Amino acid sequence: MALLEIEDLWVRFPGVRGPVEAVRGVDLSVGREKLGIVGESGSGKSCTGRSILRLLPRYATVTTRRAVFDGIDLAHASERDMRRIRGSRISMIMQDPKFSLNPVMTVGRQIAEAYLVHAEEESGAARRRTLEMLAAVRIRDPERIYGAYPHELSGGMGQRVMIAMMLITDPDLLIADEPCSALDVTVQMQVLAIIDDLVQRRGMGLIFISHDLNLVASFCDRVVVMYGGQIVETCAASELHEARHPYTRGLLAAMPRIDTPVDELPVLERDPAWLEPL
Amino acid sequence: MSRTPDRRRPGRLERSLPPSPTLSWHDYLLAENPTSPAQARLRQAYLAALAFARNRLAVVGLAIVILLILTALLAPLLAHQSPTAQDLTARLQPPDGAMWFGTDELGRDIYSRIVYGARITLGIVALIIVLVGPVGLFVGCAAGYVGGWLDTLLMRTTDVFLAFPRLILALAFVAAIGPGIKNAVIAIALTAWPPYARVARAETMALREADFVNAARLQGAGAWRIILHQIVPLCLSSVIVRLTLDMSGIIITAAGLGFLGLGAQPPSPEWGAMIASGRRFILDQWWVAFFPGMAICIAGLGFNLLGDGLRDVLDPKQR
Amino acid sequence: MSDGVGKRRGDGVSVTGWGARRGFALPLHLLQRSASILVAVTLTFFGLLLVTFLIGRVMPIDPVLAVVGDRATAELYQRTRVELGLDLPLYHQFYLYASKVLHGDFGRSVLTSNPVLSDIVRFFPATLELATLATIFGVALGVPLGVAAAANQDRWQDQIIRVVGLLGYSIPVFWLGLVGLLVFYARLGWVAGPGRLDVGYDDIIDPVTGLILVDSLLAGEWDVFVNALRHIALPAMLLGYFSLAYISRMTRSFMLEQLRQEYIVTARVKGLDEHHVVWRHAFGNILLPLVTVIALSYANLLEGSVLTETVFAWPGIGSYITNSLLNADMNAVLGGTIVVGVVFIGLNLASDMLYRLLDPRTR
Repeated sequence: MALLEIEDLWVRFPGVRGPVEAVRGVDLSVGREKLGIVGESGSGKSCTGRSILRLLPRYATVTTRRAVFDGIDLAHASERDMRRIRGSRISMIMQDPKFSLNPVMTVGRQIAEAYLVHAEEESGAARRRTLEMLAAVRIRDPERIYGAYPHELSGGMGQRVMIAMMLITDPDLLIADEPCSALDVTVQMQVLAIIDDLVQRRGMGLIFISHDLNLVASFCDRVVVMYGGQIVETCAASELHEARHPYTRGLLAAMPRIDTPVDELPVLERDPAWLEPL
Repeated sequence: MSRTPDRRRPGRLERSLPPSPTLSWHDYLLAENPTSPAQARLRQAYLAALAFARNRLAVVGLAIVILLILTALLAPLLAHQSPTAQDLTARLQPPDGAMWFGTDELGRDIYSRIVYGARITLGIVALIIVLVGPVGLFVGCAAGYVGGWLDTLLMRTTDVFLAFPRLILALAFVAAIGPGIKNAVIAIALTAWPPYARVARAETMALREADFVNAARLQGAGAWRIILHQIVPLCLSSVIVRLTLDMSGIIITAAGLGFLGLGAQPPSPEWGAMIASGRRFILDQWWVAFFPGMAICIAGLGFNLLGDGLRDVLDPKQR
Repeated sequence: MSDGVGKRRGDGVSVTGWGARRGFALPLHLLQRSASILVAVTLTFFGLLLVTFLIGRVMPIDPVLAVVGDRATAELYQRTRVELGLDLPLYHQFYLYASKVLHGDFGRSVLTSNPVLSDIVRFFPATLELATLATIFGVALGVPLGVAAAANQDRWQDQIIRVVGLLGYSIPVFWLGLVGLLVFYARLGWVAGPGRLDVGYDDIIDPVTGLILVDSLLAGEWDVFVNALRHIALPAMLLGYFSLAYISRMTRSFMLEQLRQEYIVTARVKGLDEHHVVWRHAFGNILLPLVTVIALSYANLLEGSVLTETVFAWPGIGSYITNSLLNADMNAVLGGTIVVGVVFIGLNLASDMLYRLLDPRTR
């Protein structure tokens, strides 16, 4: 049963020579599974993620034929309704904790705030929940981190704080917008493990946006490949090697494999026909 | 617009793109791949002009400034009579059909005086730009590029002048060397140049390590050549924006000096001095002081709107 | 009062965040930086003295004649010339001048025959009172307006607030003062006229701080307080408007920069309403540069006081300088310039040091 269903999503930005179409007719369906959206910069993947929560700037034009989350019409919901959904039913983790955390607030307070927005509790209960969440994201000294400022944390810790902040309200759907792109490779694995663990345990849906095809293929259940604002490929992660679209095949061929070394890695040849409306 | 391979100059790489005969100016200017530096520069200018035109307030500012310039240039045509023509039988008359802004204490037509006063105001502005812009630009670029002791020396000097309240220093200076429009301009210029040196220095220091500067150095260009040809043009836009924004402050400072009797001397129709002479009559014959002040407001507003618009277009980070 | 003052730092006053320090240990590099700032300030002050000294010497009026009059004998002229030290080389004269200034001796006022410093001390509180009240007004209104403008960027609220601020940069203060007196004093009678108090209230209270509003409250003289308030209302609101223009403009600029940051998106993702996003998150990040802007605004008002005090016959340091100027009292003019310059430098220094001490990027 699909948690989120989006049909024919279009995102346009005003440009000098006419509107720029960042997302062109995207259909998305996410259940309680891990869906990966892969694409290069400019493919429209981040815009897709943000348009679900209606977080794009005012000058962006977002149109969709249908956008339903758990029976709620996202396209026609009022801003007040959206605020009730944001953070409590759908959450989003962003790329770089250096920028996505408020520099002048302690980390603990920011996490507690996420809880207090949607719960009718006092700050004592919020603090307890925060410490629990910090422990759940495997932070060893939750008390100390509670009073720390974002610039005092490493990248991996900051991202874990972000996860804690976004999952403290037990949402049904998590959008992860390139959560590992700003992290070292070893830390990436740790953070991914935490996300995986929490998502599985709570039975959440996950939309994992990334430019790393390999990562998405190993981590997610289903993969969606975007190019030029459109979805060019949809398949199960296990069947990725049987992908049909030339763009996906090109990407797969360009990845180095340790078991089949080649003298020269093929370079992806872009066919302008891929930009044509599908 | 046509480029044939025969016209290729040595050292320039061009793509010879046969233009379509139906290519309009609009398309040419906005082409994604300009085929010459000139076209690229025109494209930049065109895009900037379009962005500027989209800002209604900025266009209003530009219109006001143009109006001011035209008024100053065409003063003899626009004014009704000479700004110094007295008519003691018609002193302190309220505004009416003939005297649009009324008459002052010597029976002079205030409207005509304001029109001629635009010349003085613009003259001051122009003089100050000419004095302050180049000096600030070169001091700042030299300090930023050369660095070291020159930088410290020049920056300490600008600090000293920046630390002064501008009007008070101008006051002290004019007090010492005597009133008059020339001295007022010098006094204002002395305190107005430091911010431009600072702006130019900051930009220069950012550009100093850029690759194109290193490339020029490798080709043997000396410091002065690099400063003049590479760096100054890039600092120009920031300085122009600051100058335009500062214009209203300069107009007001000059008017302030005039108000205190330290600027243009009577019977010169300087707007600040007109307000001073109208001050005595403010309670009953308000128009004598009111209209010159409105003129200053409108002129200042015009420059501010224009400067804001220019800054949004040329330097959007500082919005 | 251009916003060039706010951009003094050369690369803009923007900051993307600051963190609180734990404990008071001042590391060595911070002390070094403070020392270098103090050196810079001392040099600036030295420059101020040099410039005022040179201005004093540039005068075409013979300073000796100013003292002895033009009917003095040659012998008296010579004697006075030696007394004034004018026969000494220039650098020696500057040395004497500088050492006198550092001891607080600005010479005597030709007009009042008092030491210039004592005159200045008498006049300064009036300006202080006016500038403080104006700054309070400017901050109380300017900050919320700037935030509102940024939160509603490009909508009608923003346009109106921006134009109101822009007008503050375009209108000459002395003209607005005259128009204000015409409308609010002469025609409407809502405020009292020029001067600090009505003539009848002049000697009722003892000047404890020199700030009439404070002194009258301390003395319990309610009538005097109200009268003083009626007099200060118009000039304070006038100067306050200019302060508001500057502060709202800078606030708007800072807020716009913050609202572009990623952590604001995070706050919205959490489901916070716009009010909390703007005030609890964005605003907290501009407090530091805002404080420095307010200090600079205060300094600007000292400059603006010169013309305002003339229009409102306000006996502060501005009208002191202006009057001395019109009476060719160079000692007083230069002394006043130095004092205002020192306060100006001091405020800039304070705002600079505050900024550097707390900005995490300089650690």
